[in-house]
Formats: sequence, structure tokens, C-alpha cells
Amino acid sequence: MSALKIKKGASSHSVYDLRDSHSQVESSHTLAVIVDNEAGALARVIGLFSGRGYNIDSLTVAEVDHKGHLSRITVVTRGTESVIDQIKAQLGRIVPVHEVKDLTVEGTPVERELALLKVAGTGDKRVEALRLADIFRANVVDSTLESFVFEITGPSAKIDAFADLMRPLGLMEVARTGVAALSRGV
Amino acid sequence: MARQMTGAKMVLQALKDHDVDTVFGYPGGAVLPIYDEIFQQNDIRHILVRHEQAAIHMAEGYARSTGKPGVALVTSGPGATNAVTGLTDALMDSIPLIVFSGQVATFMVGTDGFQEADTVGITRPCTKHNWLVKDTEKLAETIHQAFHIATSGRPGPVLIDLPKDVQFATGTYREAKAARVDHYQPQVKGDIEAITRLVELMETAERPVFYTGGGVINSGPGASQLLRELVDGTGFPITSTLMGLGAYPASGKSWLGMLGMHGLYEANLAMHGCDLMINLGARFDDRITGRTSDFSPKSTKVHVDIDASSINKIIHVDLPIIGDIGHVLEDALKIWKARGRKTNAAAVAKWWAKIDTWKKVNCLAYTGSEKTIKPQYALERLEALTKDRDRYITTEVGQHQMWAAQYLGFEDPNRWMTSGGLGTMGYGFPASIGVQIAHPDSLVINVAGEASWLMNMQEMGTATQFRTPVKQFILNNERLGMVRQWQELLHGERYSSSWSESLPDFVKLAESFGWKGMIVSDPADLDDAIMEMINHDGPVLFDCLVEKHENCFPMIPSGKPHNEMLLSADAEAFKGGGALV
Repeated sequence: MSALKIKKGASSHSVYDLRDSHSQVESSHTLAVIVDNEAGALARVIGLFSGRGYNIDSLTVAEVDHKGHLSRITVVTRGTESVIDQIKAQLGRIVPVHEVKDLTVEGTPVERELALLKVAGTGDKRVEALRLADIFRANVVDSTLESFVFEITGPSAKIDAFADLMRPLGLMEVARTGVAALSRGV
Repeated sequence: MARQMTGAKMVLQALKDHDVDTVFGYPGGAVLPIYDEIFQQNDIRHILVRHEQAAIHMAEGYARSTGKPGVALVTSGPGATNAVTGLTDALMDSIPLIVFSGQVATFMVGTDGFQEADTVGITRPCTKHNWLVKDTEKLAETIHQAFHIATSGRPGPVLIDLPKDVQFATGTYREAKAARVDHYQPQVKGDIEAITRLVELMETAERPVFYTGGGVINSGPGASQLLRELVDGTGFPITSTLMGLGAYPASGKSWLGMLGMHGLYEANLAMHGCDLMINLGARFDDRITGRTSDFSPKSTKVHVDIDASSINKIIHVDLPIIGDIGHVLEDALKIWKARGRKTNAAAVAKWWAKIDTWKKVNCLAYTGSEKTIKPQYALERLEALTKDRDRYITTEVGQHQMWAAQYLGFEDPNRWMTSGGLGTMGYGFPASIGVQIAHPDSLVINVAGEASWLMNMQEMGTATQFRTPVKQFILNNERLGMVRQWQELLHGERYSSSWSESLPDFVKLAESFGWKGMIVSDPADLDDAIMEMINHDGPVLFDCLVEKHENCFPMIPSGKPHNEMLLSADAEAFKGGGALV
């Protein structure tokens, strides 16, 4: 088989090696996906991301229109522009999906996340935790003599920053809702 | 008119309302109420298969050859899981199917009941959409929606999972026009501005090429007619993917043959060298593009597709048009005619002169033999002896499939049924039965390899029972030919598990099912044998012993661009500028 000029046994000629190596810059996009509130709708969206190898940084879902049986899924994802376009097109062809909005291309969206943080400690650490909570406008929603549960809302970065500060002060557990987002203006 | 009836009866009623005449299926505990209803009526014919995978492939064959959706019925658990390969095949090739699966009763769901499987979970990624119907009141509307979704936009398979208690319970049957299908309405009309831009590009292009795919077939026979009008009007060359063969006739003057990994030399070089590529309903599959970074580097690319997610998925295009091929072609023709039917005729003539030099290479040439039957020769003879008949061809997957695509000519759409996207060995035989059920008086031939064919050979009983005179034309090289070819070319001739050991005596096998069995090994006997096969009124198993180590050329080695394709074993001489034998 000298006719082929391919080294025998060479695996570098695999058909699986077709991906464009010129990958561009990845960016984060917040997508709002309006779906019928029916069994399996969320699984279809999640299955699409895992099946096609897309990233999910954050995902939230809840019914937003009870009468219309519509839910809003907010997905924060990362990818090159062509991957993001592909994600939107793939989401758009899921049958129960009514609309896919890319909030990031419509301008910086309003993004909020809610988190609950359990911080255990006594003495100075406890006082410091409470002082920082005040600065971050976090509310105390549960308290014992050795612990607080703080409630904080804001952009994800603010919650990250608050959690980082709480870590040396006795952070035990964090529960986060994921990002809810709306575009600005009308 | 709303009527009260059981869920099982609703299934039959809805099928009748959607003009379904045939259901391919296999009974089991969870679908007994539906089978009871099938027993008590005569409008819908049930074809009892021998394995559920075959039921889906038969429904696919039926659908592809008629343009109507195929319908299958399977039981819960293993019945549904056996259907998965067929569903995936139909999804990849955009074939409209409605599949009903039985399910354990709603109060049993989630208890690991007997023959319970999470069918909607398992089939979610391999259907266009699926439903678990928990309430008989919603069943009729779900079935109507299923037909709408399977057949509109980019077609595909859908599945309805039916718990047994929902089949037994009584509910209200509402007719199809009462069903809510409003929000799933894919765009069929293309953007007129974009179509006008396409016409402008066509008017000035110097080296244009049409690259068509299965989307033209799926758009209906009207789209193929419009395509022929546009191609013949402009005089532009046209090539097609495996899935699109027949949309433009193989005898047409602008036909270049199939493109892609085993496509024709002239087709691939035209794609590589064109300055305007007009993709109609194809999806830049990796078997078409080769190395994407070198794919048709100098062309302006136009892509017409009904599925927005196909646009820019693999290849970035300059002009995307989202819409149904038939509608877009109609508008394009109208605009092109209104603007005076212009093309850059002088440049296109030069382009054709260039293409003609590529054609002279005669890329399908092969070394003949008087001793053994070359598979290419077998297909050339099959073509010569059957092309003027009312003929449908199905194939399995592998070398024989590529040779069939190269050496058989298709004059019309819906005449060629092959597993393209998924590449399902075992597809062709059941598909041929499905085609024959839809076209009882036509000649239906499955071009097969012996290894693929064995994967669904149990359907011999189905063919006998339902008197389908399908012809199984097996190119028997006692090898998994395409696997062997890749091992020869790319894995140092280490033939790991790629031969067919312990094959049956196909003649005796055929006779044991009441078929006619034939074996041919001498090229001199081939014509008479093929005629005997065609003229036999019943199913025939044709064991054609062919050259064992024949390779399928031309071939673009994977990961290579179009202009580095190989022609038979003499490829090196050609690359050096020498003449080809």
C-alpha cells in the first residue's frame, strides 16, 4: 500500500482529528430559554449541553407564567462565538422551547444570585463575620450561639467575594441559586 | 367530533385519521390492548417483525420510499430499547417516524416493574421529541402533535410512550384539526433578500457548483423538479451527498456524481476548486468535508437549510438561507427568471472544460477479472439489467454501500434508501421489506455485504410471511470489507476481527425459510443469475462471491482535503502526473 504515502499504523490520520485548531477566544454568555413547563423539558436542555459537550457554569429554572405553563431557564455558558451561536440554534430546535434570548449580546444584563452561607465560630471571628455581612448587606436569617446563616443577593462575583472572606471565619456550607437575569431597559 | 373511547382504540382511530395504512411492530404485555384493537379492524395492516430494530428500519424504508411518515409499535422495556438504534438512525437521516411504545401502568412507573424501562429518558436524545402520556384525555392530541412534529420542519422520529392503564382507560377522542400545534411552526419561506443575493452570485459565478443533500428529498418531489429546472437552466454542475442521490437524475447532463470520502474525483475537485458553492439541504458532514481547514478554500458558500442549527455548525458560510428547499428554490427560480436568466456562460463553459479533464481520469475504473467477480462489476451488471425497471434500492453499510452509490444511477428521488448519518449495519434488509410493503409490485433490491446482512437476518421470516419478494443481493467477500480496508491502509495490515468466520450456507438458509437461494462465483454466470433473481416471484437470497480484498476507491483518507484524494491502487502514478489505467 505504498500508493498511499501514509505510514502504516499511523493513527494521526484518524477521522476524529478534524477539529479546527484555530479556536478563538471564549466568552461567557447568559441565555434565557423560555420553555413549556412540562415533564422532561429541563432534561432536554441539560441533555443537549452534556450530549454536545457544551459548558454550563450556572443554571436556574422556575415557572414564570403559571397560566401559560411557561418556565424560564437561565443558563450561563462559555464558548467561542461560533459555539455560542450553535448552542442557541440547538436550543431553538428543541420542540418545547419557545424562545432563546442571549442576554449578553443585548447588552450587559441585570444578573442576580441568592446564596445562603453557614458560618460557625465564636469570639472575634464571629464579630468579624457579622461586620463583613453588614458591609455586603447580607442578612442574618438564622443564628445560634456558635453560628450564623447569612442570606446574600447580588452578582455572582459579589457572592464569590463574600464567600472568600467568610472561609477563614468558619464557613461551613454554601447554597447558591444560580444566576437569574433580565435584560436592561425595554 | 369528540367521541368517548379507550386509549387503545384512540391509537387506531388517530392512525386512520392520519391515513396510515401500515404499522410495523411486535406485541408484548404492555401493548396488548392496542394489539386487541388491531385484531378487530381491517383498515390498518400490521406487519409482524422478528426484532424491534427491524420494525423501525422497515418504517424508515416505508417512509423514505413514500414520503409519508412510517409508523411502528413496540412493547415496553426490551421492545423499546431494541428500537433505539432505529430511532437514532432516523434522527441522523431526518426520517419522519411515529413510534408507539408500551409502558407499565402509571402506578407502576418507577418501581422497576417487569419490562419497565425509562423509555422517554432513553429515547430523549434519539428522537426529535417524545412523550409519556399519563392521561387518556391527552392521548389524541398528543398523537396529532406527534404527526405534526415528525413531518414538519426538519423531519425526524418521535416516540409516544403509552402506559398500559392509559390504553385501557376511556377518554375523549378529538380530531386532528382540534390539536394545538401552534408554537411548533418552522420557517419554510426563505428570506427574499438573501435569495436575491444568491441569484446575484449565480449570475456572476465563474466556477459554480450545486452541492445537494437529503434535504431536497425530504422537501418532496416538487423540490427535485425545481432543482432540475434550476440546474438545467443555469447549466451549473451538480453533485450530491449519499443522502441526496436521485434528486437530480444520474443521467442528467450536469451530474458529477456523488461527492465525499468515496465520492467521484470530478465531484470532489469541483467542490475544492469552485468559486460559488450552493449547498441545498446538506450539512457539511465530516465524510463530505475532509479536513475542514482546507475545505473548498476559495469559494463563496451559500447554505440553504430548514434547520438553523445546521448553519455554521461545521463550515462557516457567507450566505445562510433558512427555509424549506422547495420554497427557496421556487423563489430563486422566480427571481432568476425575472432578472433575465443570466449566468456568466463563458466562464462556466471554461469551468466545464476543466471538469471534463477531471472526468477523463475515469476515477471509477477498476481492474477487471475473468476469474472472480469484482464487486464493481457485479454492480455494473446489476445496474445494466435493472435500471429501466420500476426499481428501489436499499443498502447495508460498508464498501458495498459506497460501490452501490458509485455504480448505480438514480433518476428519481425516494428510490434510494441507505443509512447515511448513523451508518447502521443491518439497516438494508428490513428497510427493503418496508419499501416492498409500500410498493408491492416494484423491484426492491437490497445491495448488501454478508456481514451487515447477518445483523438482521431474522427478518427472513417476515419477508416470507408477508410475501414480500425482496431481492437480497449480497456481495460476499467473507470480510468486513470497509473495516478491512482501513486496517490495510491505516493499521499496518493487521486484520483484527475483520473477517466473516463460520458463514452459513446462504442457499440452504434461504430454502429453510421458503426463499430462493442462489450462489454465483463465475463472472460469466452473473448476468443470467441476476435475471433469474429478478424474474423469481418471491424473495431471493443472492450469494454473490466476490473478490475478497478489493478496496473501495476513490477515497479521501480521513483528515485530508478534497484535492488529495486517492484513485485505486494507481493513485501514486496519478499524483506524479502520469496517466491512469
